[in-house]
Amino acid sequence: MTTVVTPRPSGPPDAPSARAGTPPAGRPPAPRTRSRLGARRRRNALLWALLLAGPNVLLILVFVYRPLLQSLYLSTLQWNLGSPSARFVGLGNYAEWFSAPTTGRIVTTTLVFTVATVGGAMVLGLGLALLLNRRLRGRGVARTVAFAPYVLSGFAVGILWLFMFDPRYGLVQELLGWVGLDSPAWYTARPWPLVMVIVVYLWKNLGYVALIYLAGLQAVPQDLRDAAALDGASSARALRSIVLPLLTPTTFFLLVTMMLSSLQSFDIIKAMTQGGPLGSTTTLMYSVYEESFVNGRAGYASAVATVLFLVLLAVTAVQMRYVQRKVHYA
Amino acid sequence: MSAATIDRTAAAPAGIPGRPPRRRSPHVGAYLTMAFATVVLGLPLVWLLLASLKTPEELYQVPLQWLPGSPSLDNYAQAAGAIPLGRLLANSIGLTVVGAGLKVALGLACAYALVFLDFPFKKLVFGLVIATLMIPPQITIIPNYTLVAGLGWLNTYQGILVPGLASAFGTFLFRQHFLTLPASILEAAELDGAGHWRKLWTFVVPMSTPTLAAVALVSVVTEWNDYLWPFLVVDHADKMTLPVGLTLLQNTDGMSNWGVLLAATVVVTLPILLVFLVLQRRLVAGLTAGAVSG
Repeated sequence: MTTVVTPRPSGPPDAPSARAGTPPAGRPPAPRTRSRLGARRRRNALLWALLLAGPNVLLILVFVYRPLLQSLYLSTLQWNLGSPSARFVGLGNYAEWFSAPTTGRIVTTTLVFTVATVGGAMVLGLGLALLLNRRLRGRGVARTVAFAPYVLSGFAVGILWLFMFDPRYGLVQELLGWVGLDSPAWYTARPWPLVMVIVVYLWKNLGYVALIYLAGLQAVPQDLRDAAALDGASSARALRSIVLPLLTPTTFFLLVTMMLSSLQSFDIIKAMTQGGPLGSTTTLMYSVYEESFVNGRAGYASAVATVLFLVLLAVTAVQMRYVQRKVHYA
Repeated sequence: MSAATIDRTAAAPAGIPGRPPRRRSPHVGAYLTMAFATVVLGLPLVWLLLASLKTPEELYQVPLQWLPGSPSLDNYAQAAGAIPLGRLLANSIGLTVVGAGLKVALGLACAYALVFLDFPFKKLVFGLVIATLMIPPQITIIPNYTLVAGLGWLNTYQGILVPGLASAFGTFLFRQHFLTLPASILEAAELDGAGHWRKLWTFVVPMSTPTLAAVALVSVVTEWNDYLWPFLVVDHADKMTLPVGLTLLQNTDGMSNWGVLLAATVVVTLPILLVFLVLQRRLVAGLTAGAVSG
């Protein structure tokens, strides 16, 4: 912080040296002064940069990059949360994860959950967007209603839907009853708990997908559709040959975003099933929480977290590779 | 059979004389589908509100009773008796306001430096900030938890708040906006002798209100709904946020008392729902930012 008292270039201490540096030909010392002014400005800018960007960068270093590196280190330890002693096991935790009897089930559950939520949200979201892109009256209300769940607390939404799914007093069993169906044992019988969690995730995120698709649809030039219509193309044909291809960047963006958020989802599962029954709704993300904060195996959990991190990184890398040019970053 | 023509006429009142019904039918179908989708998507929230006003007898009736016989706030009173609901609400509001405010300030200041100042390693700093958008929070959770515990910050407001303050999203959005600001205005300000502080407050901030609103609203929503981190660092009821308090209520009252649990759920969701309904346009703009494809 000593730079605050930087002397002005015209100040007394500098004046003699400035004169001394001047060639004897008597040329004005303009270039020299300018570079001094530049130096002052540079120091001034550096000071302001420290002041303005410093706090945020410091927080990022301490609470994002430090833990990222430390987590990699922790994954090589056999260490329980809060325990004073730890033992170095190298890649032992990873080896254990790959051979653990539960790993296959967790990976399958994660895959089913991700494919069902991402796929479902994309298909239903596109359908909703196509519907709302027509000039129907009241579509603003429909859009608001569809998007509202996206802004709500995942945990609260989980509680609400747990009540909706109640096999005896819930609204879902009532509605199923209207079409002559018995309510499955949503809470207890596999695969229904997983189905339940997937439905809630879809309900919460559908509006987001629809809104992004809607923005993409509104960028599709109307004259292209008109031309297709004049050529006698059906609306289904126009959708397949014109609209969907033009929506490819949107589809890709949503695919990656939804995969990242689905792989990291926690609140809904915590509220509704706590990963159960018998681990049937335990995803990779949920098992990181469970291993570290329920079982206390922080070293092992860090290894699982690293596996999850690598999966997310792979998804992101694909995005960087193929979407960079289509999405504005700067 | 032109889809576009049908879309255009949609704005006109439904029954145009002489219009063959066959041409109107896809339209009726669209309206029916939209109505169905709206009801299906909106029903859970309506059901939540209705259920929170019902008595236990009405809640556990078969077949279901749709409307509460005489709406009562008993469930809310009982929830407030089981967990300190007023305190939780105050905690949530306080942490959301302070957290969102600090996030906006950090993002704004950082983006200003990245766009309007020249300093060494600027590209590196920018890369470092933006790359955090791709680092999933869960890999940082165990080390951050041990750090916060070591600092004695468990069950404190700063323990909930500080680790999540770093602003990557806000910095990114502000930077994008600042790059579009006309350089000439800032140069003129500089010639007038305005320092960075004055340039920031009298020129940059007033020209950035839409971005400010978007970042602030997105931060409000994420802070309010944040669950895993506050759930891990707090187990004293008087420091809990609303979603964490809901967990406490679920664990104590279980699913034996739906009315009480649902009343608390309304308290968690209603404030943010109101924010959404009032400021919908700006909030949606913020939440869908980043998807802008070119």
